[in-house]
Amino acid sequence: MHEVTLTIDGLELTADEGMTVLEAALANSIYIPHLCYHPDLTPAGVCRLCMVEIDGRGLTISCKAPVEEGMVVRTDSPEINKVRRIAAELLIVNHHADCLACASNTQCKLQEVANYIGIEEERLARLRQPTAAFPIDLSNPFFIRDPNKCILCGICVRTCEEVQRVRAIDFAFRGFLTTISTFGDKPLAESICESCGECVTRCPAGALTPRKSQRPAREVSTTCPYCGCGCGIYLGVRGEKVVSVRGDVDNPVNKGALCVKGRFGYDFINHPERLTSPLIKQNGEFVKVTWDEALDCIGSNLSKCRGDEFAAISSAKCTNEENYLIQKFTRAVMGTNNIDHCARLCHAPTVAGLAQSLGSGAMTNSINEIGSASCVFAIGTNTTVAHPIIGLQIRQAQQNDAKLIVANPRRINLCRFADVFLQHRPGTDVALLMGMMRVIVDEGLFDSSFIEGRTEGFEAFSASLSSFDLDRVEQITGVERKNIIEAARIYATCKPATILYAMGITQHSHGTDNVLAISNIALITGNIGKPSTGVNPLRGQNNVQGACDTGALPGVYPGYQKVGDPAVRRKFESAWGCSLNESPGLTHVEIFDAIYARAIKTLYLVGENPILSEANATHVEEAINRLEFFVVQDIFLSETARLADVVLPAVTFAEKDGTFTNTERRVQRVYKAIEPIGDAKPDSWITCQIAKKLDAKGFDFSHPREIMDEIASLTPSYAGISYERLEKGGLQWPCPAGEHHPGTPILHTERFATENGRAKLVPLEYKPSAELPDDQYPLILTTERSLYHFHTATMTRKVAGLNVLRDRELVEINPKDATALGIADGETVRVVSRRGEVTADAKVTDVSPPGVICMTFHFAESPTNVLTSSALDPVAKIPETKVCAVRIERLEGAVA
Amino acid sequence: MREKLNSIDHFEALQDRLVSEWDRDVPTIVIPAGTCGRAAGADELIHATQQEITSRKLDGRIRLRITGCHGLCEMEPCVLIEPEGTIYPKIDPTEMARIVEAVARGEVLEDLLSQDPETGARIQKQKDLPFLKKQVRTILGRNEMLDPMRIEDYVRSGGYSAMAKVLARGAPAAVVEDVKASGLRGRGGAGFPTGRKWELLAKQPSDGGKFLVCNADEGDPGAYMDRSVLEGNPHSIVEGMIIGAYGTGATEGVIYVRNEYPLAVEHADIALQQARELGLLGEHILGTDFCFDISLVRGAGAFVCGEETALIRSIEGKIGEPRQRPPFPVEKGIDNKPTAINNVETWANIPIIIAQGAQQFAEIGTANNSGTKVFSLVGKIRNTGLVEVPMGTTIREIVHDIGGGPAGNARIKAVQTGGPSGGCIPAEMFDLPIDYDSLVEAGSIMGSGGMIVMDEDTCMVDVARYFMNFLKDESCGKCFTCRKGTQRMYEILDDIAKGSGTLEQLDLLEELAHVVKDTAMCGLGQTAPNPVLSTLRYFRDEYVEHIRKRRCPAGVCKELITYSINENCVGCQACVRACPVGAVKGREKEQHSIDAEKCIKCGLCRNVCKFEAVDVT
Repeated sequence: MHEVTLTIDGLELTADEGMTVLEAALANSIYIPHLCYHPDLTPAGVCRLCMVEIDGRGLTISCKAPVEEGMVVRTDSPEINKVRRIAAELLIVNHHADCLACASNTQCKLQEVANYIGIEEERLARLRQPTAAFPIDLSNPFFIRDPNKCILCGICVRTCEEVQRVRAIDFAFRGFLTTISTFGDKPLAESICESCGECVTRCPAGALTPRKSQRPAREVSTTCPYCGCGCGIYLGVRGEKVVSVRGDVDNPVNKGALCVKGRFGYDFINHPERLTSPLIKQNGEFVKVTWDEALDCIGSNLSKCRGDEFAAISSAKCTNEENYLIQKFTRAVMGTNNIDHCARLCHAPTVAGLAQSLGSGAMTNSINEIGSASCVFAIGTNTTVAHPIIGLQIRQAQQNDAKLIVANPRRINLCRFADVFLQHRPGTDVALLMGMMRVIVDEGLFDSSFIEGRTEGFEAFSASLSSFDLDRVEQITGVERKNIIEAARIYATCKPATILYAMGITQHSHGTDNVLAISNIALITGNIGKPSTGVNPLRGQNNVQGACDTGALPGVYPGYQKVGDPAVRRKFESAWGCSLNESPGLTHVEIFDAIYARAIKTLYLVGENPILSEANATHVEEAINRLEFFVVQDIFLSETARLADVVLPAVTFAEKDGTFTNTERRVQRVYKAIEPIGDAKPDSWITCQIAKKLDAKGFDFSHPREIMDEIASLTPSYAGISYERLEKGGLQWPCPAGEHHPGTPILHTERFATENGRAKLVPLEYKPSAELPDDQYPLILTTERSLYHFHTATMTRKVAGLNVLRDRELVEINPKDATALGIADGETVRVVSRRGEVTADAKVTDVSPPGVICMTFHFAESPTNVLTSSALDPVAKIPETKVCAVRIERLEGAVA
Repeated sequence: MREKLNSIDHFEALQDRLVSEWDRDVPTIVIPAGTCGRAAGADELIHATQQEITSRKLDGRIRLRITGCHGLCEMEPCVLIEPEGTIYPKIDPTEMARIVEAVARGEVLEDLLSQDPETGARIQKQKDLPFLKKQVRTILGRNEMLDPMRIEDYVRSGGYSAMAKVLARGAPAAVVEDVKASGLRGRGGAGFPTGRKWELLAKQPSDGGKFLVCNADEGDPGAYMDRSVLEGNPHSIVEGMIIGAYGTGATEGVIYVRNEYPLAVEHADIALQQARELGLLGEHILGTDFCFDISLVRGAGAFVCGEETALIRSIEGKIGEPRQRPPFPVEKGIDNKPTAINNVETWANIPIIIAQGAQQFAEIGTANNSGTKVFSLVGKIRNTGLVEVPMGTTIREIVHDIGGGPAGNARIKAVQTGGPSGGCIPAEMFDLPIDYDSLVEAGSIMGSGGMIVMDEDTCMVDVARYFMNFLKDESCGKCFTCRKGTQRMYEILDDIAKGSGTLEQLDLLEELAHVVKDTAMCGLGQTAPNPVLSTLRYFRDEYVEHIRKRRCPAGVCKELITYSINENCVGCQACVRACPVGAVKGREKEQHSIDAEKCIKCGLCRNVCKFEAVDVT
């Protein structure tokens, strides 16, 4: 960066070329009054307060004036003050000033300007006081918009446009009546505002303030507990209460940005319904007991059923250390590999498929590379809803003129920005991707040197393309061939191109094939192993990656070391001081099937709610009722916990130390911010106590740090990771042993993680979904998420504001289908599948194509997974929650 | 469908053919039917003329040409007869039968001719009208020669020859040199030398494309020069832009026209289509490698969109708000591509410069202000209309010689130039030559050419308040000082007009005016205080009288005046009937009186009184 020397107020200083005079002054602690400048945003130059005198130019706005060599600047002079004083006074007199009652008091930029100018009552009295008052917008549950305090600096508008790319607000009306408005001047809650609160954090004058404005006494850096993005946050604590959240600007994932859940969804931590003491069910009622009583009860029951009659379900919400302990307990103490967790229901095909083709089942590249891609191909991911911070990266890429291809059966929000939108039928991803690859191969757009140098199996693979002529692909997918061709050309030629995918790809009975198709298209175009390329599965839970990494899977020990490999098993036997079961355990769905068949009699379930999250949920409930002993460990009495014999109160992320591994393999620290609520205990403590009740050795840890050390000693990809290093920031695995390994932002740069180092191109065929519509069940049900809730909403439904923004299940149905069925928007309907029925309100929208309806599974009142199919992918054993056949019925007595 | 011309030779052949086929001696009835003409009844005249020609079986023997506005507002609807140049003003459709008959016979209808206001003598020929005598109608004069919906009319009258000339010459840089040598300055108001702007555009890298824009967002109240040109001669704009594109390497053109000008939109659209059909616009113009096309973007009625950066945002589909310059549009304009914006009248001058040669163009006007300028002359003046004069003509010549002096008995005391952001120039300064620099020196601006004449019945405080009211509403509201400053200035002016102003407020008014002028981001804000500053400069007494004596000398500010009836009243009851609120009382043949409590000071009584019996004090 070139530096220039300039003089400001007689002080000679240097500044980087490209900086503005205002920035150079501020960087050198020279204050120039300003209101509309914000370091993250394009300067607007509207407040006119940052006037300076530049020799040879006269009065100039400093936020728009780039520094130049030899420039001589004055920030204060009679000429400047003559205009600046009255310009500020015009603003101050018009500001509804009730400073002491304002959430921005002492942080207000207008106060800063007033201090600089020096307010004289007499001068203000010359100017007319405001008479008209704008109505205050109270519609948003998390923040208040008071236009009377708005100084119209436009920082919120630019934040919404430049940072969030939502464009929910803009200037409206003219002259003195100018205001910041949503489209149609509706209340914020009725606009497209996503309530992320970015504008609130930047508002300089108290016009946008959080409803909860208690300032924290101290702040604790930690990692967000919601999705797999893994945003860095600061929890603000006052007493023993979490009172605020703000984004960590130094965290490479979110750089300070947060979504609505991350910023405002923390009420669950101190919620009155938190479990605060262990419970034992006696005569059908839960009774509060001491930890000793609960542990004794568990100890005596578990000691009776070691071996494969026992199973544990671990939790992707828990830390790496806790998952490690739970699988260790299951294997070393209970003598079985029957351990699994919800990764089975989301990204099992990723783990299986990518392990086959690339040798490693995780995001190949990092989140912050997406913004620099030339093409982003988002298939089966509603990114702005499910991974909002990664959604920002897509918008960032587009700002840099990247092409965006969206493939999704639904017209999701991302389509607003897409260059090509491929609206394929649910479950036809293999056909769509093979069709695109057919175009790439036929038109010679593949990367032959990459294929030759780094892959194998191209011939067999390309032979399998022969059955995917575009006529057939068009017929299967319902996508016009010209769109397929355009998408293929863009993806193959706009390099670097990155693929993002999520559950739209995996939750199918052919989910592994879908993943392989994605891996194939990246490989034949050489879009892998380089910056801003790759195959990037977006993982759902905050620590689903880590739960897999630390071995909460039936077939592998930590670090994906196979249970069936004798050498591996010997390593763990010697480390843990016991002999280990050599046969792989049952998977998630299989465990419940085995429980149903009474082959498994005892279940230890940590932080999961399968009654709502598992496909064909009624079957799961029936199975649970057959258990002989059922322990649930959770923070709330979830729908599943109600069925337990013993319930153990665990703590939230805010009350414990540990690590989460985010979707891009970044291991990040979770720091304890408050003491556990009531008698709740960290999961690691609980699991250790249970183990000790069973006289197990190797469960004495004084701090999670020691658990991580044990993980590192047994897991090659975590070998270089320690709490000491993590203090300085996250590390992306593989991070092999050694003090200084920087972690691995990009996988497969030199060789693939397969045995011979080559990636495998896999021939594929199209397989229809297991359950397709017929006369009886003529519609396809697919599932999705709401921006405002997370998973079975155990946490988010405890946040009042999120329930205001989305309070119930909605069945999205296309207007065509709605008309045919005589269903009105908002009408309560019954959705029926072969497995059950639920009622929910209809939302008539063309987001869903004709023939497809869509529901979330956040709401216990409308448990969508009662409907879904548990047809499994033969390799990954994931149930097909994205496609099942249903019909919709109007309720009896509904008026046509 | 027209046959596409594939070479310059083809174009010249077409032009020659059109000229040779044209018989100048066929009697032609010309009816100006711009928006103004139509409002005055031109459509009915056209209809009647067509019927008369058909029913008298004169098709082919008498031609009818429907043109744009000729600028003779005071005479609308009027009829011009060619080749003699006879002008019939204010014609009723029922007269058309006689006129058609007379044209067929080669006769003149004396009784329908206009009269000299002084001598009462009949004036037959248009060129002899006093209104036109001192004008040099290089631009406006072409409107009467062509039907704006027929490209052939334009081509026949020499149109597109300038374009063909530069294409044949083949030296783009020479075009810029010509425009520089002509001394043409932007007719949008600021007077930036057009050639220099083009030179800057030509120097910009052309890889991503460059834009030329015709700014037809004419928003000043009382100004309609650009509308008349775009309606009446759209091809001159198109030709100007094509020449500009050739000279600067621009790849795309945009005509940004306000949607309130539906006829201009329609005519421009037709012109673009016809030019494309003939191969004068689009890919490979006249078979050369030169490609350029123009699209039409309609503005949505925000005054501020006439400002360059706001106009660009509006074209981009965003909210029309200005942004800070630099970067200037010529560096980063539409979609961040280099963009040069010129107004309608500037573009209309381009073909003239090329056709006549820069030197000849520069001979008109004065040294730094070459060429002519079109003004719309309105207000308290006898001859309202569009006036085109050489730069450097004095205000007096325009107001008294062309405009014919005051409309009524009151003395003219000022003209306001430059639209809402302009200023007032007092009668004492009417010898001021009109050019960019003198007007600025006098505290006003040229603006796009509005010229409002004010007489002693005009209150200067009210004028300033009127314009400030307009500007505070039209301020985009983005930049702080303009948004708040214009509002506060308006409030003070309103206070003064209502008699509640103070001398301290007058100081504050001046202080605010200077702050807004010095700190506003865009041209709107920077010039918004002009009406205040110029009226304060020349008519401070009127302000002081409003404040000190609570009196409006012009009798305009309602709160400061009372209506009363004097002894001239004959008791005719006209005012009693006219009063909308029943404030005037009185029996027939007795002196009436006005109930001051009820009176809303609308002035209707005074308007209807034939005996000068209503006083305003």
